[in-house]
Amino acid sequence: MFKSVERHLLSDSGLDISKLEKALATIHSHSTDYADLYFQSSQHESWVLEDGIIKEGSYNIERGVGVRAISGEKTGFAYSDEISEEALTKACKAARGIAPSGGTQQVAALGQKAVEARYSENNPILAMQDAEKISLLKAVDAYIRKQEPSANQVVVSLSGVYEEILVAGSDGTLATDIRPLVRLNCSVLLEQGDRRERGSAGAGGRYAYSFFKQDENGKPYYENLAEDALHMARVNMQAVASPAGAMPVVLGNGWPGVLLHEAVGHGLEGDFNRKGASTFSGRIGQQVAAKGVTVVDDGTLSDRRGSLSVDDEGTPTAHNVLIEDGILKGYMQDKHNAKLMGVAPTGNGRRESYAHLPMPRMTNTYMLEGQHDPQEIIASIDRGIYAPNFAGGQVDITSGKFVFSSAEAYLIENGKITAPVKGATLIGNGPEVMQKISMIGNDTALDKGVGVCGKDGQSVPVGVGQPTLKIDELTVGGTA
Amino acid sequence: MQIEQQLGDIQNVVDDVLKLALSKGATQAEASMSKVQGIAVSSRMQEVENVEFTNDGGLGISVYVGKRKGSASTADLSKAALTLAVEKAVDIARYTSEDPCTGLADEDLIATEFPDLDLYHPEELNTENAIKIAIEAETAAMNYDPRITNSDGASYNANLGMRVYGNTHGINAGYPSSRYSLSCMVIGAQDGDMQRDYAYTVSRKAALLQSAASVGEDAAKATVDRLGARKINTANVPVLLHRDIASSLFGHYVGAISGGSLYRRSSFLLDSLGKQVFPEWLNIEERPFIKGGLASSSFDNEGVACSDMTIVEAGQLATYLYTTYSSRKLNTRSNGHAGGIHNWLVGDTGQSDAELLKDMGTGLFVTELMGQGVNGVTGDYSRGAAGYWVENGVIQYPVHEVTIAGNLKDMFKGIVAIGAEKDVRGSVQTGSVLIDQMKIAGS
Repeated sequence: MFKSVERHLLSDSGLDISKLEKALATIHSHSTDYADLYFQSSQHESWVLEDGIIKEGSYNIERGVGVRAISGEKTGFAYSDEISEEALTKACKAARGIAPSGGTQQVAALGQKAVEARYSENNPILAMQDAEKISLLKAVDAYIRKQEPSANQVVVSLSGVYEEILVAGSDGTLATDIRPLVRLNCSVLLEQGDRRERGSAGAGGRYAYSFFKQDENGKPYYENLAEDALHMARVNMQAVASPAGAMPVVLGNGWPGVLLHEAVGHGLEGDFNRKGASTFSGRIGQQVAAKGVTVVDDGTLSDRRGSLSVDDEGTPTAHNVLIEDGILKGYMQDKHNAKLMGVAPTGNGRRESYAHLPMPRMTNTYMLEGQHDPQEIIASIDRGIYAPNFAGGQVDITSGKFVFSSAEAYLIENGKITAPVKGATLIGNGPEVMQKISMIGNDTALDKGVGVCGKDGQSVPVGVGQPTLKIDELTVGGTA
Repeated sequence: MQIEQQLGDIQNVVDDVLKLALSKGATQAEASMSKVQGIAVSSRMQEVENVEFTNDGGLGISVYVGKRKGSASTADLSKAALTLAVEKAVDIARYTSEDPCTGLADEDLIATEFPDLDLYHPEELNTENAIKIAIEAETAAMNYDPRITNSDGASYNANLGMRVYGNTHGINAGYPSSRYSLSCMVIGAQDGDMQRDYAYTVSRKAALLQSAASVGEDAAKATVDRLGARKINTANVPVLLHRDIASSLFGHYVGAISGGSLYRRSSFLLDSLGKQVFPEWLNIEERPFIKGGLASSSFDNEGVACSDMTIVEAGQLATYLYTTYSSRKLNTRSNGHAGGIHNWLVGDTGQSDAELLKDMGTGLFVTELMGQGVNGVTGDYSRGAAGYWVENGVIQYPVHEVTIAGNLKDMFKGIVAIGAEKDVRGSVQTGSVLIDQMKIAGS
């Protein structure tokens, strides 16, 4: 892999390893502690089916290099959409302007370390013929219309990314990665009288499009996905107003793990904690969640949407325990914040592209399973909400307040799931809600691979997961 | 001179790309290209934190082979990448389906006049000066109140760029623009409670930005005012949305009246043309040609000429917003909304924010909204909120960790007043919005 990525990103543009060392030395001639170069080339395609026809297809190319120079807590950054020695030198000179001349730091010889690959190197865009992609979209559409002839609007989309990156750091880091990423989404609109409701479902990961055609429980995977979308629309068609106020809430397994992403994940990112800006700052070793709660961030899971073989600073990803049995164990770090906090990087340094600075970011964040049967958790509640599916969320890491919006939810009455209720926003305080987790299911699952996390204007793919959870009290933003 | 040269160069690239598309078999083609250069500088704890030199550009092309469409884009502007993009777009059009509604905008709707909208006020991209401004804002914030104990920093951004659009009907037009902004976010602490808030200013002219010190002070005041926030009980009460966040309400309206939502039947305002959706006194005007406006443009993303329009008249839905494609799906014509809206001016009822608080009497004054809990198909609305509890027109204490919920149809009809003090920093210019009643979920 290294050789082909090196050829595409360096040799083809007249660069080689010694020229990268020279570029890094240009930066270290100023009083800088660390510098890195990030080369990236990506292709992205997407296909959209709507009204039963292939309506849109698009192809996107991105290629460039980002140069970062760090001096103490200061960072200088410049980038170019052209990869050439001249453009690289120009960016290095701009970035090093963060510090005065007279640097003494030496550039370590660049050397590649063995890294375990977490996904295939194959280009998903090339691995399937365009005609076959089209028939996959049509098959999803046909399946939905067969199951629900009254389905009014069906939209199916397929997208794939093939990305190559190369990172060179003045500490001697030299790493390459090839990152495939695919996704299939479908949505359906149902109408009954003057009521209309939409349901949607999606899945994806760092694998090939053929995944969507594989058998799952005796059916092609895409048919199960189509069923999920139809189910959501049908349930919401029957939904009554959601109750409002504080009540017990049971969250389903898998995608509802967006709770962890918002309630604790962002608050445990190293940059916020170095700055003392997070509600979790300075709390390592303290009880920040109920006993039994163990939360990890793991970028090493095979083929997952949030996984990376190496992060965008060339650090191999890891299975990082954030909270163990309720005790805060550690933060997620990139190199810059790890150094300033005197800890090791954790493989969480990520960036949207060469044109963005890396930051501590999540990969796949999930909770390990507990003892309880999900049925037993539902049965323990007199009146509350069961929420197995969500849309997005948001957090204010300083106050700890977070929201996430249910996309499918039901009332729990006398220990039983009863009427479906309309989507509502749930709001809570991260550390408080984590203490109110009173039952943990034995059914941990990860989401199907649709998560996008935004921070400081940068989007990166992530995964979330959890078992079925009971939260004794959470505010439900309904209207009834 | 230099900028005209650059603009001309980009127009030439667009021209070449369109010709290439035709030579590769396209029957129609359109391309847009942008280039933006800038600096993004941030300070934290009154020291430089990041200095970024930004340099973004890209070309997007759509080709039509008969009634089939293919698109491609590239951030790499080398000749090889541009050629590949064109080839890919043509290639994709072999796989997409015949669609009678697809194609370029109607030729007679294409803009032919390009007035100077005063959008370009270049300044030297000076990082030293930018650092000074950011630090000045942050210093003012940190010195505002002893309860301001920490900072998320201040940042100053300056961007100079241009955008060109061309299609094979013959239009190839572009304009340069500038954009400057300053923002500051600080953290306050009191009795174990930690809160943050921010303030920002944005303009096409650097000299028209709010002063750095006042941005810092606004951020600090907003932050200390939140300290000691509590939950309130679940209740039905009037809600006043502060002007800084009230534009989001009209953003949901934009979504509901956009042609794309209508032909997909994914709007809660289907078949509502001419119907009463707001109170009778409410008008919304669209003014694309405001000099120096943040959302000003003489043509949309398909080259269709923009025009002054009445969006809401006497509370009635006066027009939907169409792109070429959505208009054809709905048997009408584009009205220049590919890419969004252009400077909406929302009418008001004349009160100051203080008077609106009095009019509200007892209720929730919302200054922050969280999350995306809005269903565009049904209009169901449920979002996280923070702000102040108000009794008899007087702010009592800060509130957080609550939601406000309702249905947008009822919320629009339930608007009882809009303040005269406007937020003019976005594409929707509105005052604070008083809604008669919403469900607050809290303790």
